[in-house]
Amino acid sequence: MATKYTFTEKKDTRSGFGDGLTELGRTNPNVVALCADLVGSLKMADFIKENPDRFVQTGIAEANMMGIAAGLATAGKIPFTGTFANFSTGRVYDQIRQSIAYSEKNVKVCASHAGVTLGEDGATHQILEDMGMMKMLPNFTVINPCDYNQTKAATIAIADYEGPVYLRFGRPKWPIFTDPNQKFEIGKALKLIEGTDVTIFATGHLVWKAIEAEAILQEQGISAEVINIHTIKPLDEKAILASVAKTGCAVSAEEHQMAGGLGESIASTLARNDMKPLEIVAVNDQFGESGKPEELLDKYGLSTENIVEKAKKAIQRKNS
Amino acid sequence: MSNSPDFNHLKKVTSQVRRDIVRMVHACQSGHPGGSLGCTEYLVLLYFHVMKYKLPFTMEGKGEDMFFLSNGHISPVWYSVLSHAGFFDKKELGTFRQINSRLQGHPATEEDLPGIRVASGSLGQGLSVGIGAALSKKLDKDDKLVYVLMGDGEQQEGQVWEAVMFAGSKKVDNLIATIDYNGQQIDGPTEEVNPLGDLKAKYEAFGWEVITSDGNNIEELAAAFDKAKSLTGKGKPVLNLMTTVMGKGVDFMEGTHKWHGIAPNDEQLAEALNQLEETLGDY
Repeated sequence: MATKYTFTEKKDTRSGFGDGLTELGRTNPNVVALCADLVGSLKMADFIKENPDRFVQTGIAEANMMGIAAGLATAGKIPFTGTFANFSTGRVYDQIRQSIAYSEKNVKVCASHAGVTLGEDGATHQILEDMGMMKMLPNFTVINPCDYNQTKAATIAIADYEGPVYLRFGRPKWPIFTDPNQKFEIGKALKLIEGTDVTIFATGHLVWKAIEAEAILQEQGISAEVINIHTIKPLDEKAILASVAKTGCAVSAEEHQMAGGLGESIASTLARNDMKPLEIVAVNDQFGESGKPEELLDKYGLSTENIVEKAKKAIQRKNS
Repeated sequence: MSNSPDFNHLKKVTSQVRRDIVRMVHACQSGHPGGSLGCTEYLVLLYFHVMKYKLPFTMEGKGEDMFFLSNGHISPVWYSVLSHAGFFDKKELGTFRQINSRLQGHPATEEDLPGIRVASGSLGQGLSVGIGAALSKKLDKDDKLVYVLMGDGEQQEGQVWEAVMFAGSKKVDNLIATIDYNGQQIDGPTEEVNPLGDLKAKYEAFGWEVITSDGNNIEELAAAFDKAKSLTGKGKPVLNLMTTVMGKGVDFMEGTHKWHGIAPNDEQLAEALNQLEETLGDY
C-alpha cells in the first residue's frame, strides 16, 4: 500500500499541545495555563517550568477550573485549561455553558485523551460525545487536529483568535505527516488528496486512516479525494459542497459518536444544500472498552478497512 | 479606612432601589423580589461607598475593584443599583425581563449591559469566576479587590466548595466574598431543605478569615466592609457571613421563602410602595 503521505515519526497529539503551549508561554505574556491534576498527561511541564506564575493548579476540581478560567479571561488573560476530554466537557458542561460560552469568555478548553484510542483506561475515560456537546454551544469553536504538528500549530493559532475554543486531541503515538511549519487557519478544510469518485472527510486521528484508505481504493481503481476537517465548527461548508459536487458522494470518518459528530454536521450541510449519498464512519451509540488503540478502532468500526468499505458503498449508492 | 459614608443619602438610595425592585417584578409579573430586597443595603453600599471603579464601564476592570454576583436571580437589585450609580439610564429598568431587553431575567453579558462581567443564574459558579479575576489582579500587580456575593442556598452546590478550598489553600487574599445568609430557599427554610451547618467554622477550616454582619443594618454593614478590607492582603480570603431578612422592607414579604420568586399583584404592589418612600424619582 503506497500512501500519498509518508511519515518518519509517530508522536502523540497531546505533545503537540504541550509544545505549542510552551511556545505561547515565550511569545504571549497574556497566556495563562490551568490544569486539574493532569500536568504530565497534558504535557504542560515545560510551560510551568518557564512560567510558574502563569500556571494555576486547581487540583481535581474541574468545575472550579472552568470558573477561574472565565474570571481570568474577564480580566484580559488568555486561559488555556488542560485536562482529559471527558472532564473538559461532560463533567463541566454547565460551567462552560454559562460562565464561558454564554458569557463570551476567551477561554481555550484543551482536551486530551479523547476517543477510544486512549486505550486501556476504558469507557469511563473514552469520551465519544464531546464534539457534539461542544459544537452545540453558541459562540464555541471546535477543533480536532490530526497529528502532532497540526495540534501544535492549532494551539498557537487559537491564542490569536478572540473567543472560546474547544481543542481536542489524544493520547496515542500517531503518524506525523503534516508540515511542521504549517500556519493553522481556523475553519478552513484542507484538501490532502485530489480525487473524483468519492470524498473522504476525516477529522482527528482518522485523517491518517483516510490517507491509508485512499491508497487501498487507488489500488482498486477508485479515485478518492481526502479532506481534513480539522475544524468541526465553524464547518467549512463551501469546501464540503464543492468537493461533493465533483465526486457525487462522500464518507465521513471520526473517532466520536455518530450522534452529534462530524458526519451529522456534513449530513446537515448536504441535506440543506445538495443531497448526495453520505456514509458515516463513527461509533454507533455504544460505549468503548479497555484495549489497545488499534484493536479498539477495529472493534468499533473505525478502521482503514471500514473507510474503504463505506467509500465503496457510497459510490454504489451514487450509481444506483 | 474609608471616608465616613453619608448614611442619610445611602438610606434614600436603598428606599428607591426597593421601590424599583417591586415595580420591576410587578411590571413583568416575574422575577425574584425576596433576595433582592434583602441584599439592597449590601449592593447600595458596595456601589455608592465601598468599591473604587470608573465609568464608563470596562470588562477588564484594570485598576478597579470588581464585583461578581453569583446568585444571579437577585438581578433586580443589581440592575437598580447599577442604574442609580450611572452605569445606564434608569428608564431601562422598565424593560426588565421583556423581549429585546438588556436586562435579562438573570444577568448576562450578551446584550452588553454595562456592569455585568459574567452570566450567572445557574448557581455555584460566581466564586470561581471571582477567584480567576483576583488571580489576574495579582499577576498584573493590581492592588484593587474582587467582591463576590453568593446566596446561602447556593452553598449546597459542590463547585462552591471546590472554590472555597482553592481560595483558602492558594491564599487568594484580594477577595472578599459575602454570603447572603437569609435562611430561605425556593423549597423552604435552608434548615429544612438541606441544613448548611456552621458556615463560619466550615470556611475557617478551609483557611478563610470570617466576619459576620447584619446585612440590613447599613451602619453595621459599612463597618463590616471596613473590617473585611482591613483583613485583605494577609494570606487569607475573607468571608462576610451576612445575615439578612428575605423580603426586607416590605412587611408582608419579610422572612419567608414564599416571596423568593413570585411577583406582587396590583394590590400588593400598592401596599408595598406605601411602605417605601420615593426618594430619587421612580424610573
